[in-house]
Amino acid sequence: MLSIKNLHASVEGKQILKGIDLEIKAGEVHAIMGPNGSGKSTLSQVLAGNEAFEITEGSIDFEGQDLSELEIEERAREGIFLAFQYPVEIPGVSNIQFLKTAVNAMRTQRGLDEISAPEFMKLAREKAEQVDLDASFLKRGVNEGFSGGEKKRNEIMQALLLEPKLAILDETDSGLDIDALKIVSDGVNALRASDRAIVMVTHYQRLLDHIVPDFVHVLAGGRIIKSGGRELALELEEHGYGWLGIKDANAEA
Amino acid sequence: MANSAKPEELIKREYEHGFVTEIEADTFEPGLNEDVIRRLSKIKQEPEFMLEWRLNAYRQWLEMEEPEWAHVNYPKIDYNAVSYYSAPKKKEDMPQSLDDVDPELLKTYEKLGIPLHEREKLAGVAVDAVFDSVSVATTFKDKLADAGVIFCPISEAVQTHPELVEKYLGSVVPAGDNFYACLNSAVFSDGSFVYIPKGVRCPLELSTYFRINAANTGQFERTLIIADEGSYVSYLEGCTAPMRDENQLHAAVVELVALGDAQIKYSTVQNWYPGDENGKGGIYNFVTKRGACLGDYSKISWTQVETGSAVTWKYPSCVLRGDHSVGEFYSVALTNNYQQADTGTKMIHIGKNTSSTIIAKGISAGRSDQSYRGLVRFAPTADNARNFTQCDSLLIGDQCGAHTFPYIESKHQNATLEHEATTSKVSDEQLFLCQQRGIDPEQAVSMIVNGFCKEVFKELPMEFAVEAGKLLEVSLEGAVG
Repeated sequence: MLSIKNLHASVEGKQILKGIDLEIKAGEVHAIMGPNGSGKSTLSQVLAGNEAFEITEGSIDFEGQDLSELEIEERAREGIFLAFQYPVEIPGVSNIQFLKTAVNAMRTQRGLDEISAPEFMKLAREKAEQVDLDASFLKRGVNEGFSGGEKKRNEIMQALLLEPKLAILDETDSGLDIDALKIVSDGVNALRASDRAIVMVTHYQRLLDHIVPDFVHVLAGGRIIKSGGRELALELEEHGYGWLGIKDANAEA
Repeated sequence: MANSAKPEELIKREYEHGFVTEIEADTFEPGLNEDVIRRLSKIKQEPEFMLEWRLNAYRQWLEMEEPEWAHVNYPKIDYNAVSYYSAPKKKEDMPQSLDDVDPELLKTYEKLGIPLHEREKLAGVAVDAVFDSVSVATTFKDKLADAGVIFCPISEAVQTHPELVEKYLGSVVPAGDNFYACLNSAVFSDGSFVYIPKGVRCPLELSTYFRINAANTGQFERTLIIADEGSYVSYLEGCTAPMRDENQLHAAVVELVALGDAQIKYSTVQNWYPGDENGKGGIYNFVTKRGACLGDYSKISWTQVETGSAVTWKYPSCVLRGDHSVGEFYSVALTNNYQQADTGTKMIHIGKNTSSTIIAKGISAGRSDQSYRGLVRFAPTADNARNFTQCDSLLIGDQCGAHTFPYIESKHQNATLEHEATTSKVSDEQLFLCQQRGIDPEQAVSMIVNGFCKEVFKELPMEFAVEAGKLLEVSLEGAVG
């Protein structure tokens, strides 16, 4: 589904990704771990098409298409979803209106008719319930006045609603308490499907207790320095990033 | 973060009302003097008092200076290069019914989406259509007459209801109020007149549609609305003009009078030609709008959506004379390219327990410059007066400007005043979020702007809220880089 070859990317002239190779197939769940500043978030932004980041070398192939040729919204309609680490607020625009517009953009792409208002409401309520968000959130402005945890649940709700082929979750676990982490994880597990791939970007192992990945990659200095199965994350937890000879200068407490 | 879709590139647009109607017109030679005013008054078959009023205004105007305090820049206007009257030629005198209206004019309004046939889609709205200097048609006159409502061109009211006109014309905006209002008082050509009798709730929305067509002609319309005790009226004004390379002058005066317990809701969707993307052409919109809440418990509410004009100078205001009277001002102003707007409101609290609300939303894009200018004054008599003001600015791109000039004059100890102001930007992050969810950048900007304006749109009558939303959409339509 996704094939990343020798990917180099920079922001404001500063090289962040220095040769990433990664193959992801439908049905797989990959965890990308690494200390702060290793390039994890950059990778997810580059995949989504954030043009603050420049691809200087290498390629990204998504289902036979060169991703760099597609605009941000075209990638989204092809099925790439990014759950943001810090979702931005859009005051005055209701979640309903925002989500309905997004759902219809996807449906149009898939050659389907636009969804009717009652049908959409039913669907949205269902998905909101799945991440334990009260239906009243649908009427509020997009992320407006949401707590950190509510924003994250809102992101996962959108993934459930938009049914992407590739869901990239950028630090979805950060800032969540144990209960919220459980809810979000349940949501992500509900996303798992044989025709869908999930990429989880995370600093900590604890998310992987709830969402068990098929593959774990350790990113450091803009390269993947080690790949393995579930057990790699556990080893990391036990020994810390230092075990792989990586300095975690900005380690969070 | 630099997206390929720069917010400021999403706002190029075509002005869709820019066509010219080819119609034979009687147009005065450019220039202004007492003879021009006498000629104008004669054509309108005005009573003597009206001519005298105009001439007095003209003599005052000659002594006045054009105001320069507004935050706008435009070349000096040569008032002798403007024609002060232009009217489509008629076969006979006044059209007696819609059937007599020139088909070319009917087509014009049809094209503007304002059908003058009473059966058609604006079935709940009576329309007065003003074309250059004259009213060409008024719909639903009979239905309104049944309710005792007078809705007619002001030129007609001067003849048919001179006592009302003489009593109220200039009672809210005196002839010598300011430079532009004074000019208007001297040369005003047409506009709408509304009188709602005691205790009547006007059965239809009233609407006037102003169209400037002729080149080098100023439009000086005058609107006077009187809501007698306990009455209610909702009135909407719409305006467009052809695309011309020369600037055109529009200096209107609107006066509202609300007697005891009366309510006037005045909404404007202003879409004058704003000039092209290089700032060439467009309307100079110098307008004085003021309402007087004369009676106790009266209420005047201004709602405006402004997307047009090259230069705007406009402050719809309320004079809250009656005790417990209420003034409201809800405004959305969008400026793009080289448009300049200095707009806001004045709330003058005189009566006891008067209250006012100001919600002003400014959206600046391109290289436009926009100022909110608001005055809240509490007179010594205004016991327990209250004002709430909220001004929010939204910037699209980084070459536009937004300014806020709030003035507060309180001569009373126990006045309550709240003021909130915010400035925000349509951020690249917001656009990125929308695009990442598959939404087109144009649609995203339009959605963000509409969200920003929501508090004002909900004050508009239903039909026009939809129109206003669409207007902003059109205004924000354009190329993605």
